Amino acid sequence: MGELSAAEPEHSEVRAEAGEPVIATRALTKRYRGGQLAVDGLDLTVPAGSVFGFLGPNGSGKTTTIRMLMGLIEPTAGTARVLGQPMPRATRAVLPHVGALIEGPALYGFLSGRDNLIRYDSADPAADPRTRKARVAAALDRVGLTAAAGKKAKAYSLGMKQRLGLAAALLQPRRLLVLDEPTNGLDPQGMREIRTLIRELASDGTTVFLSSHLLDEIEQVCTHAAVMTQGRLITQGPVAELSAGARGRLVVTTPDPAEAARVLKEQGVGDVVVTDDRVTGEPPESDLADVNTALVTAGVRVRGFTVERASLEDAFVALTGEGFDVAG
Amino acid sequence: MSRAEVVESVRPVSPLWTFGLLRSELTTTFRRWRTLALLAVLAAVPVLVGIAVKMETSDGSSPGGGGPAFISQITNNGLFLVFTALAATLPFFLPMAIGVVAGDAIAGEANAGTLRYLLVAPAGRSRLLLTKYATVVIFCLAATLVVAVSALTVGALLFPLGDLTTISGTQISFAEGLGRALLIALAVAASLIGVAALGLFVSTLTGSGIAAMATTVGLLITVQILDQIPQLHALQPYFFSHYWLSFADLMREPVYWDDLTKNLGLQALYAVVFGSAAWARFTTKDITA
Repeated sequence: MGELSAAEPEHSEVRAEAGEPVIATRALTKRYRGGQLAVDGLDLTVPAGSVFGFLGPNGSGKTTTIRMLMGLIEPTAGTARVLGQPMPRATRAVLPHVGALIEGPALYGFLSGRDNLIRYDSADPAADPRTRKARVAAALDRVGLTAAAGKKAKAYSLGMKQRLGLAAALLQPRRLLVLDEPTNGLDPQGMREIRTLIRELASDGTTVFLSSHLLDEIEQVCTHAAVMTQGRLITQGPVAELSAGARGRLVVTTPDPAEAARVLKEQGVGDVVVTDDRVTGEPPESDLADVNTALVTAGVRVRGFTVERASLEDAFVALTGEGFDVAG
Repeated sequence: MSRAEVVESVRPVSPLWTFGLLRSELTTTFRRWRTLALLAVLAAVPVLVGIAVKMETSDGSSPGGGGPAFISQITNNGLFLVFTALAATLPFFLPMAIGVVAGDAIAGEANAGTLRYLLVAPAGRSRLLLTKYATVVIFCLAATLVVAVSALTVGALLFPLGDLTTISGTQISFAEGLGRALLIALAVAASLIGVAALGLFVSTLTGSGIAAMATTVGLLITVQILDQIPQLHALQPYFFSHYWLSFADLMREPVYWDDLTKNLGLQALYAVVFGSAAWARFTTKDITA
C-alpha cells in the first residue's frame, strides 16, 4: 500500500478481477525428456483469498506443478495462469507479487542472514532499494530471526534456514504466497508460529498456496485443498467438503464388547470391529439415538457412544486407497 | 477490474535496477572465499618470480636463458616484473581462475538451489545471464590487475626502477613504461574474454558447479596442447589462446598491432558465439535444481 505512483502498463495488467482465481491451470501437463509423465492434465483452481492446501505423496508431481506455476519449468502442454496472467510468459509482471518457498530454503552459506535477504531483494526489479534495509529488517522480525540476522547462514539450524526462506518470501507485500513444506525442520513451537503467521497473512487478504505432507497441518490452516497422486488431480475443493466425503465412524466403549457388536450388526451397522472395550463401525442410516436405545435395552453397559468425525487423512486414504507416505 | 486494485498492484521498476543486480552479483562473487583464494594465488606468482630472480642474480650474474618473456630484464628494471608475471600467469593461472569463476556462475547457483530463488524474485533469465557475464569480465580485469599490481610492488621493492628499453631497442621513460604496463594488463584481461564466455556456456549445461569448473579448465588445457601440435596449424588461429602472447607487441616501438587486433577479434567472436549459446540454453532450460 501507499505506492500510489502512476500505473505502468506492464504491471497494471496484474490484477485480481472479482472472483477470478489466483491460480488456474487447464490441462497442464509435463513430460520430462526421459518420457516420464510428471504432471498429467492438471485442472487446478485456487480461489482468491483462500489458504489452499496442496497434498500428495512424494513423487506425485506437486513440485513440478509449483515449478511450472513459477515459470521455472516450461509445460509440455496446457496452460497455467497466475494472478490472471499466463505463465511462464508473464514472469516479469507476475512474480514480484508472489513470494515463494520452493523445495526448502536455499541460501548463500558465506553470507549473513541479512545479506542473503539483501541479495534476493536486489534480484527483484520491483523492489525499491531505498526501502531495502527497512523491509529486510521487518521480514527478519516477522519470522523471529532478528537476533541471528548477522550470523553466517551456514551456521543456521534447519529451522532457522526455513525461517530465513520464509522471510525472503515476505520481503514485499505479496498477493500470493507459494509455500512448499513451510514447517519442515521446525520444532512444534516453530510450527505453531508459522501457522499463526500464515493465518495472519491470509487475513490480510494474501492467498496462500501451501503444500505439505502433514495432513493435520492442512486441516488446521487451510480453507481449500487439492489432492494429487501420480501426476493427476484426484479432488479439489473446500476442506470441509473433502472431509465430509469420507464418513465418520461410530465408536461404542463398553465392558460388554461381544454383545454390543451383535446388537450393532442387528441395527445395520457395517464393518463392525472389536478392539478390547471399543466397538467401531460404519454408522447406519437410522437415527443413532435408536441404536443407543437398542444397546441399552439389550443390557449392554455403555460407557461411551460417539461418532468420530472423518479427518482429511481418512478422506485421503478413501481417495487414493493407500497411506499418505507411500510414494506414488 | 476495479481501478483501486490496479493501482495497488503497481510497483514501479527503476531503470537502474540492473545495476543493483550487478552490484549484488559483484559483492557476492568477491566475498566468496574461493574468489579471494584465487586472487591470493595470482598475487603470489609475481612474488615467487621476483624472489627467484633476486636469489639467482644475487651474485651479480644475469638470469639464465629460458623462462617467461622479459625475465632477463627484471634485474635492470623492476617494471619488467609486471610483463614477466603476466606472461607467466596468462597461459594457465589467469584462465584457470576465470574458468573457475565462470564455470561456477550459473551451475554453482543451481547446485546451491539459490538459482531458483533468483529466478522467482524475478531476476529475469537474460538479465541474470548478462549480469553474470559482466561480473566474470570484471573479474578478468580484477585478476589481471592483481597480478600487475603485485608484480609492480615486488619489482619496486627488489629491483631498480627507471627508463626502459623496448623490444625494438628504443628508450622510453618510466612514466610511459607504466602506461604500457597498464595497456598490457588491459590486453591480457581482454584475452580472457573468450574463456569467460566458454566457461559461462559450460555453466549453463550442468547443475554441478564442480563439473562446470572442471570442464572449463579441462578445455583450457586441451586447447593449449592442441595449439602446440603442428599438424593442426589450420585450426590454430581459431583457438582462443592462439594470440594470447601478442600482448608483448605493445612493448615494440612503434606498437605492432596486427596480432593484437586479431586477438581482440577472436575474443569478441568467442564472446558472441558462446554468449549466444549460453543465452539460448539458459533462457529455455527447465530449472529443476
